[in-house]
Amino acid sequence: MGKAFGVVLTIITTISVAIFVSRHWWFPEVASAHGGAMDHQFVETFVGAAIGFILAQLALAVFAWKYGEQKGDNRPIRIFPGGVKWLLVLAFVYVGSEIILLEFVGQKVWAAMYFTPPATDSLQVQVLAGQFAFYFRYPGPDGKFGPIHADKIDEASANFFGIDPSDPASKDDIVTAELAVPVNKPVELLLNSKDMDHGFYLREMRVQQDMLPGMQIPIHFTPTKIGKYDIACNQLCGLGHYNMRAFLEVMSEEDYQKWIVQQASLQ
Amino acid sequence: MESMPMEVQHHHTAPTSFIRKYVFSVDHKVIGKQYYFLAIFSVFVGMVLSWLVRIHLVWPNIHIWGLGVLSPTGAPGGVMSPDYYLSLLTVHGTLMVFFVLTTAPQAGFGNYALPIQIGAEDMAFPVLNMLSFWVTFLALCALVATLFVKDGPPISGWTAYPPLSAVGSDAGPGLGMGQNLWAVSIALFCVGSLLGALNFIVTTVDLRCKGMTLMRMPLTCWAWLITAILSLLSFAVLFAACVLLFLDRNAGTSFFLPAGLLVNGKLQNHSGGSPLLWQHLFWFFGHPEVYIAIVPGFGVISHVLSVFSRKPVLGYKVIVGCLLSIGFLSFTVWGHHMFLSGMSPYSGFLFSIPTLIITIPATIVSLLWLGTVYGGRLRFTTSMMFGLGFISVFVTGGLGGMFLAQPSLDIFLHGTYFVVGHFHMVMGVAAIFGMFAGTYFWFPKMFGRMLNEKLGKVHFWITFVGVYCIFMPMHFIGLEGMPRRYSSFVNDAMQPLMPVHTFMTIAALTTGAAQFIFFFNLFWSMYKGAKAPDNPWESTTLEWTVPSPPPFDNFGGKHPVVSYDAYEYGVTRNGKDYIMQTDPPGQPASS
Amino acid sequence: MSHSSGPLSATAVHDGRDLPVWGGGALPYAVPSKKLGMWLFIVSDAITFSAVIFAYGYLRLAAPAWPRPFETASIVNATVMTFVLLSSSVAMVLAVRASSLGKVSGAVGWLVATALGGVIFDILHIREWLGLIAEGVRPFSNPWGTPMFGAAFFTMTGLHMIHVTIGVVYLLIIAVGFGRRKLSAVDVEVSGLYWHFVDLVWMFIFPLVYLLSAKMA
Ligand code: HEM
Ligand SMILES: [Cu+2]
Ligand SMILES: [Cu+2]
Repeated sequence: MGKAFGVVLTIITTISVAIFVSRHWWFPEVASAHGGAMDHQFVETFVGAAIGFILAQLALAVFAWKYGEQKGDNRPIRIFPGGVKWLLVLAFVYVGSEIILLEFVGQKVWAAMYFTPPATDSLQVQVLAGQFAFYFRYPGPDGKFGPIHADKIDEASANFFGIDPSDPASKDDIVTAELAVPVNKPVELLLNSKDMDHGFYLREMRVQQDMLPGMQIPIHFTPTKIGKYDIACNQLCGLGHYNMRAFLEVMSEEDYQKWIVQQASLQ
Repeated sequence: MESMPMEVQHHHTAPTSFIRKYVFSVDHKVIGKQYYFLAIFSVFVGMVLSWLVRIHLVWPNIHIWGLGVLSPTGAPGGVMSPDYYLSLLTVHGTLMVFFVLTTAPQAGFGNYALPIQIGAEDMAFPVLNMLSFWVTFLALCALVATLFVKDGPPISGWTAYPPLSAVGSDAGPGLGMGQNLWAVSIALFCVGSLLGALNFIVTTVDLRCKGMTLMRMPLTCWAWLITAILSLLSFAVLFAACVLLFLDRNAGTSFFLPAGLLVNGKLQNHSGGSPLLWQHLFWFFGHPEVYIAIVPGFGVISHVLSVFSRKPVLGYKVIVGCLLSIGFLSFTVWGHHMFLSGMSPYSGFLFSIPTLIITIPATIVSLLWLGTVYGGRLRFTTSMMFGLGFISVFVTGGLGGMFLAQPSLDIFLHGTYFVVGHFHMVMGVAAIFGMFAGTYFWFPKMFGRMLNEKLGKVHFWITFVGVYCIFMPMHFIGLEGMPRRYSSFVNDAMQPLMPVHTFMTIAALTTGAAQFIFFFNLFWSMYKGAKAPDNPWESTTLEWTVPSPPPFDNFGGKHPVVSYDAYEYGVTRNGKDYIMQTDPPGQPASS
Repeated sequence: MSHSSGPLSATAVHDGRDLPVWGGGALPYAVPSKKLGMWLFIVSDAITFSAVIFAYGYLRLAAPAWPRPFETASIVNATVMTFVLLSSSVAMVLAVRASSLGKVSGAVGWLVATALGGVIFDILHIREWLGLIAEGVRPFSNPWGTPMFGAAFFTMTGLHMIHVTIGVVYLLIIAVGFGRRKLSAVDVEVSGLYWHFVDLVWMFIFPLVYLLSAKMA
């Protein structure tokens, strides 16, 4: 029974590691400036975790294989060499180095996303989530957003943001159902929710942030690849949660200018 | 020279009526079994729900017999709707976390074995003990009732984040009556757990028999004690949170609701609250809760590994220290569930530090288990197999936590199936393995009969391989960015993952089917199993000194005296390789 | 009840290492267990209160403005309530002392006095609630500002009032039981722990709810 356990555990370990290493299921290709560093950190963590995983599972497999009691077995038990001492050292060194490596060296990504302010020339876009759609608002030429008035939100008249039409700051605002941004230009998104907790999940950009009603949460990143990307809601918001999505279109600067002019004319 | 305390008499005599004996019993052994069967019922329902959930994901149009009757709106004609997916998911999660993992390992086995293992006649407050169980039972009734009310169970998940859980039925199905019942159920559950925890602590502190010093207690008792302390401190917070949630829903307060909510076209009449507040209160409870689920398993596994390796636990004191530090640290890490919640990113960074530090004691304990197995004379009983399996799945699940503990990686992994795979492995499966190990170990004592080992082994193998097949792939699709709590995949990027989902569903159905072997074994052996000797596993602790099953007052009026540590294995004495804790003192035999 | 051999008078049981060890605990329902049990209950109940107070602090700090409606009359009323509660705690101390000296009627008298303090407190408190309700304060609104003022006020003071009320019933049960000599002095002492705790909680609620919301001159 012990031998069988050893074999099965070894097979499970091998298959699991093989699948990870094959990268058959892996992150979608990165398309933002900070994403590379994040993937790098993931790989570092993965190497650390894989070492622990393989050593622990194989040790367990070997012990189970080796130390089964036979009939009439009078072999004395053996205490682990050195008792607890080396195991304690191992735990502290293994976890300790992970902590130092990951926590203090590796938090650059977190810091870059959340501790450093966005570049001053960032394109600002406001996002409003509601059951079960995202809407986006560009400030227009004046660079200012008018306030969101919850009582003025009206889907029927397409006033998704609750804009007060008499407010000068809101006059030139451009509201869209799709997020478009120029490539290689920093973007700052101001996330709002009008009803539930929602999530803003942009896989390829390595960006995710919960959206809470009553708060405006800023995030920033710089897209580096032209393309169309999926935005998914990733915080349970109700029965249509699985169906709550939008698209991010990263365009060349010229395409973006054309697009925004066209959107402005549709307002 | 031993002088007995004056009050040495039987504090209560065995009841004779059926009701007092099996229903409203104050006997800790009966209450332990009641909790155990409550958990068995819950795990059964929870498992069936997980099947339904898995089936819906890959075969959304399948007709499920009987479901249409249970919920004509949620599953018209027996075909589950996407919102009913969420309803069942909520019940699955709530049942599993509260009514399985928090009851069986702690209140079930703890109630049964703790007093016997420390040489007491009963818990400190037997009537309170009975009350805890029945309050918990009511809590379960309230939760199960959500399946039968008009709108069905709430769709807000086991975490019940507001506003979804707080604004009422405007927000979606199940958020009216169902969510109210949920809040009542959890509040009741908190009360039951608090009373139980109090009882465990007092019992352990006050009722140990002569010679049972703290450091001679089996590690199971340490684990139950520490878990009880965690429960006492954390359920009190969840109770408050549930009360506030209930007020928000029914008294018009706005603790968790900010101004200007526009739900389903209706402007809500709330203002001044914060959904983040719920998350803080919930996770202040929630993180200790995952240790409440797993620490009793730590105790059982340390115990079982030692017995079946015929070796003392390696580093008994270190394990006690690790459990204590895990318990302490578990109150400092709740923010790792909220890295991306909109909480200050600086606190996110701070919370990640204790989160990584807590992996040190967890790693030490895992290594000590390996060290315990090393060089032993392993007896591969089913209980031992689940013990070894526990180490494997706990390590696997725990390493997933190293990714999630880093805020910068959490940016990608938050809310994906990686999380689902991680917590199922480290908390769900590991704790369930602890329950299985405990069941195969204590069943002979509890019911006076042996479980069938052959069936047990079949059950183990399918379950062990099965859980890897279900939950390992969840990590893979998590890396692809597959969001959790999605009841359907409209997203093209997710389509290539369908084969993986199908594989996991088939694995879940197979593994689930294997549990019927266990249920059969359990109920069949209760009546037809081979008669159990007093000490079938040649184990040293006090429960094995008394008949199987033990008499009403555990020790038949005698007062055990303990002279040895809990894990004296691998010695030679009177032709045996172990020393019972109650053996008369003498020179410790050389090993 | 005396303990000829309680846990502390450890009878040495030797394990070959000549260490004195734990001498064994008492039986279920034993006296020290009740006290420990009450202490643990108090710990967990204190945490429940802390969670509610934390919620209040969290929301109050986040609010742009918090109403400060309490006029001098309200503060005086709350001070009188505080005084009543404190006096009842003194009565409780005397009840515990009388019971430990075996003075049954004295203990019962002081217990009833304590309970009476609780009743007066409740009456004053309900009168004040009614006054506020008449002014238009509700859990969901009030005339002065953020609706969370009413929510926090009623939740915190209500939770405390429930504790006082339960305490009154509890004390009366103990008084009857002790009067009939069914309960021991320790039961009185344990009920005293509870009562002092309820009193202590008020010492937090009074400044946090009332003084911090007193009307500024
Ligand atoms: C029979 C084995 C099990 C299977 C196949 C299973 C499957 C699942 C699935 C598919 C989900 C939903 C994923 C999603 O859509 O987000 C889920 C959620 C969950 N499961 Fe399980 N599960 C099993 C056992 C357990 C156990 C033993 C526990 C105990 C910890 C557990 C606790 C949970 C929790 C807490 C959730 C989250 C519910 C929520 O999102 O609110 N499950 N499970
Ligand atoms: Cu959503
Ligand atoms: Cu956690």
